[in-house]
Amino acid sequence: MGILESLKALLFGKHDVGGEKQDQKPADKPADVIVEKKASIIKEPKEEKPVADKITVGHVHMSGCTGCLVSFADNYEGLLTILDKYADLVYCLTLADVRHIPEMDVALVEGSVCIQDHIAVEEIIETRKNAKIVVALGACACYGNITRFCRGGQQNQPQHESYLPIGDLIDVDVYIPGCAPTPQQIRNVCVMAYLLLKGNDEQKALAGAYLTPMMNLAKAGTEACGCDIMTQVINQGLCMGCGSCAAACPVRAITMQYGRPQIERDLCIKCGACYAQCPRSFFSFDVVNQYEGIMEAIDAAMQP
Amino acid sequence: MVLGNYKQAVAARSTDPDILRKSQDGGIVTQLFAYALDAGIIDGAIVAGQSDEPFKPEPMVATTREELLAARGTRYSISPNMSLIKEVTRSYGLDKVGVVGTPCQMQALRKGQLYPVGLRDVADKIALAVGIFCMENFPYQGILQLVEDHGATALENVSKLDIGKGKFWIYTERGATVQLPLKVTHKYEQPGCHVCLDYVANLADISTGSVGTPDGWSTVFVRSAKGDDIWAKAIAAGAFETKPIDSVKPGLELVTKLATEKITKNQKYLESRATEYGVGKALRNPYI
Repeated sequence: MGILESLKALLFGKHDVGGEKQDQKPADKPADVIVEKKASIIKEPKEEKPVADKITVGHVHMSGCTGCLVSFADNYEGLLTILDKYADLVYCLTLADVRHIPEMDVALVEGSVCIQDHIAVEEIIETRKNAKIVVALGACACYGNITRFCRGGQQNQPQHESYLPIGDLIDVDVYIPGCAPTPQQIRNVCVMAYLLLKGNDEQKALAGAYLTPMMNLAKAGTEACGCDIMTQVINQGLCMGCGSCAAACPVRAITMQYGRPQIERDLCIKCGACYAQCPRSFFSFDVVNQYEGIMEAIDAAMQP
Repeated sequence: MVLGNYKQAVAARSTDPDILRKSQDGGIVTQLFAYALDAGIIDGAIVAGQSDEPFKPEPMVATTREELLAARGTRYSISPNMSLIKEVTRSYGLDKVGVVGTPCQMQALRKGQLYPVGLRDVADKIALAVGIFCMENFPYQGILQLVEDHGATALENVSKLDIGKGKFWIYTERGATVQLPLKVTHKYEQPGCHVCLDYVANLADISTGSVGTPDGWSTVFVRSAKGDDIWAKAIAAGAFETKPIDSVKPGLELVTKLATEKITKNQKYLESRATEYGVGKALRNPYI
């Protein structure tokens, strides 16, 4: 599989396939750590590896709970690897000291936009202008999610009552649905976005194929509901009762009865995970048939 | 190509008489999981267990040999095994998960590993995915009507259901055998099966089914690196008796024939969805 070999070569090439890293052992005492760190910060350059071909990524925080960012961070050392090798975090209210939305390759937007909050509206427009790729990170940005249920009147901004998924205000390139989106899904999109922007032709093709369904979701609209499983899968004669939707639902609104999903619509928070997880919502043989190689390559890419 | 990628194909059956006593064919799935459980390759497996209604499968997590044995045999109705794929790593606490499923469930599993939209921390816990050959599946009510209406047999008296040699077979506890021509079963197939383009679980680590091998044996495709490793260990441990696939009748030729038939028929149906329903309208195609 040429694509995967070269993918691995690209991802490994920078680092010469691990092995030497066993020498590093953890410090015995907290006290040691502090001393070592101080010394090393002064002596050593900040970045050991070349940063020239990293992509720039920003996290734009709209009306959301920061759960998506936490989920991103839940890649643990994987997050450090991503920031170390593939992406510079150029904007992130919680993690980067930057006040205004800068130019960047990829904007990960979390949360929906409150249209009574003019700063939020300005920022989402700014984001579209400054980012090459806008990713709706998580269900609020994609579909509104629980912010769809807001009717205003809450303290301390009772006038904030209308929340729109970012796709209702700007063009969005990629959706990552889910509440919260999973660390692994965010990681996979990051690696693929990197390949799409910086890879060779083959890698771009693979990354494009991987991201296409998530781009299609972005084109498909800004409304999601458990009903999608009914209207887009069962009503279309496509359901075969695998149960993926039930497993994906974060609020256990879906149970399987007689081989079909039974959806408690009052429990549904409209995150879109069930439909996106369904193998009959989208399925690419080109991508999934290569699952072994792609998973190995992503694992390899995540090696520190 | 209709058989997918595989490293080897063999005819096999379990060496364990306990497993063979009530297995559908060669007891491959039960034996594989029983071995993997013993060897610590998996902590447990999602299997199609028996619910309180006869021949109505229910997904369950088997963590002991007894639970695996209780789930032996095919039930020809829908067992949403993927519905437990997250829960098995949560309340059941499994780190190394085995899962058995039809080709579509293997597709769901691999999509779930590559696109874990709602499956946090699940992808890397799948230790062994066993796929079973599948031509189509039936809603439970379909089985009920086939057995009780067409077969005039009470479902609770049935000891085994089987599809083979062009017939739907009903075996009762008291030794009677009823056979229905497959033609009458077609209308009861679940509609979602008609867009399926996989017969032999191309995306499983190891896939198995009765077609291609004599009674009491199963055809086994070892597909992934993981599957290859586990299969080799299971053979070394004496879990299976094997024969070269080209030494048995009817062999891969029949598997290929049936796979081609299924895929060709369903391709045609997919094309018809794009053109023959409505005027200038198309039904949704899940494959991109």
